[in-house]
Amino acid sequence: MIALREVTKVYPGGTAAVEGLSLVMPTGQITVLVGPSGCGKTTTLRMINRMIEPTSGTIEVDGRDTASLNPGVLRRGMGYVIQGGGLFPHRTVLDNIATVPLLLGWDRRRARSVAAEQMERVGLASGLAKRYPNELSGGQQQRVGVARALAADPPVMLMDEPFSAVDPVVREQLQDEFLRLQAELGKTIVFVTHDIDEAIKLGDQVAVLRVGGALAQLAAPAELLADPADDFVADFLGRDRGYRGLAFTAAPDLPIAPEPTVVLGADGDTARLTAAGRGWLLVVDQADAPLGWVQPTQLSGAVTRETLHRGGTVATVGGSLRAALDAALSSPSRRGVLVDDDGRLVGTVRAQDVLTEIEREPQRSPS
Amino acid sequence: MKWFVGHLGQVGDLLVTHALLAVIPLIIGVVLAIPLGWLAHRFRWLRTPLVVSTGLLYTIPSLALFILMPLVLGTGILDPLNVVIALTVYTVALLVRTVADGLASVPDEVIQAATAMGVGGVRRFFTVDLPLAVPVIAAGLRVAAVSNVSIVSVAALLGIAQLGSLFTDGFARNFLDPIVVGIVACMLLALVLDLVILVGSRLLTPWTRSGAAA
Repeated sequence: MIALREVTKVYPGGTAAVEGLSLVMPTGQITVLVGPSGCGKTTTLRMINRMIEPTSGTIEVDGRDTASLNPGVLRRGMGYVIQGGGLFPHRTVLDNIATVPLLLGWDRRRARSVAAEQMERVGLASGLAKRYPNELSGGQQQRVGVARALAADPPVMLMDEPFSAVDPVVREQLQDEFLRLQAELGKTIVFVTHDIDEAIKLGDQVAVLRVGGALAQLAAPAELLADPADDFVADFLGRDRGYRGLAFTAAPDLPIAPEPTVVLGADGDTARLTAAGRGWLLVVDQADAPLGWVQPTQLSGAVTRETLHRGGTVATVGGSLRAALDAALSSPSRRGVLVDDDGRLVGTVRAQDVLTEIEREPQRSPS
Repeated sequence: MKWFVGHLGQVGDLLVTHALLAVIPLIIGVVLAIPLGWLAHRFRWLRTPLVVSTGLLYTIPSLALFILMPLVLGTGILDPLNVVIALTVYTVALLVRTVADGLASVPDEVIQAATAMGVGGVRRFFTVDLPLAVPVIAAGLRVAAVSNVSIVSVAALLGIAQLGSLFTDGFARNFLDPIVVGIVACMLLALVLDLVILVGSRLLTPWTRSGAAA
């Protein structure tokens, strides 16, 4: 557990970057610090590993005041990931990852073998081990950064906008892998971002900071969306809060209707027969995975990939209400496609039924 | 050409002396310039005075410096130590700024990451900052090497034997051959030193040659 107690940082010249911040970051959880630029989120992060010393207040890690610890020892116990990775350009991928183990005095062979394991863990091909960072893509560099921070298996990870420098598709990939990794490792993570969507996606708890480094609200993402503490937090959260909040509610009991399907490649007559007058017909592959919708009456020949309408999203049974509702809203037939964990079709659900489920949810009372 | 063939041994000896007189100060100069450059980089207020004052040293005419050295050091006028120390001064003059620039070229986020991993102080300087400054320092070193080769020859006026002696000798005897041989030998020496530094720097910085982002 990391505990900040009344932590203040005033820079020479009198600007307060952080003011009277008290915050507890529970062990094994992801705490996201989010806020506009100038809210002191990075300063706060760097005070935890003493790269910046607080002007007043104390920071405890597992009950020990960090001010009483040797900064080098403290830092080697905390993985640190920054935007772009901050990799050593003059060291190979493997040697970058082995940095902290070598500092801790492990022998070279053990450090390298652990580094190779970390590469695998973060999804880097072993062929990249001898490359230099400038030979890697942005996403790969970021993975090396994460692997390097994890190498000595520190209980704490400090991450400063680690996924900001990559394009949106890669970012989402990295975020998903990061969550999977955390489910496996259970580190105590402090994560800084300016992106509220990232905060909501990744955080077990989210601390919204305002300019000047005061805590505006500390809450779980669902609670934050449902009940922002003030106008600042509400503005910062942005639009569609109700809809986004549904991402945190599981949809267990939706009435699922069976859906007639044709296999890709079926001829037009089969499609029209199966549709039995329905405007849209669901097309699946041999493994029963949904591919898209067709309008049988418009078909001039067989059901081909070119005839598919792919606008509909697919939700997983037992997934969130948001995914189920979006599947229904995005489907041209307005029937939302539900699949099981292996991606096989289970049936469809209607927006109405999802809404009924939403209304059945106990209403939160404003606190 | 005939003169050259007949004096091969003599030219060879002069070349070796010339090379030593140019290279030894280069090595001592780098060793001295690194801490000075570090000071100029580390303490902002020191940068201007250090860079300007060492840079000014380079404006002292070489002949004057060679003549001054025995007076300052108490050495004999023919002592090669005069040349070594004078050229060390020039090397330092050229390299302090280069070292400071090289250290400043190390990306901030790399230093940050190093610090955050507990790589600090002297260890960080030798394992992160200095290796990353090598390309910039090597570029300055190449300039200093060529400059040294050229300045050494001036010491011939004081009677210190090296390739420059061929110029004074040829001039005194109104004989062109040794002068031409001296010029060519100086140029070759400068080229070889330049190449050695270039290759050495490449070997020290394999990462700079690896391709662009995949």
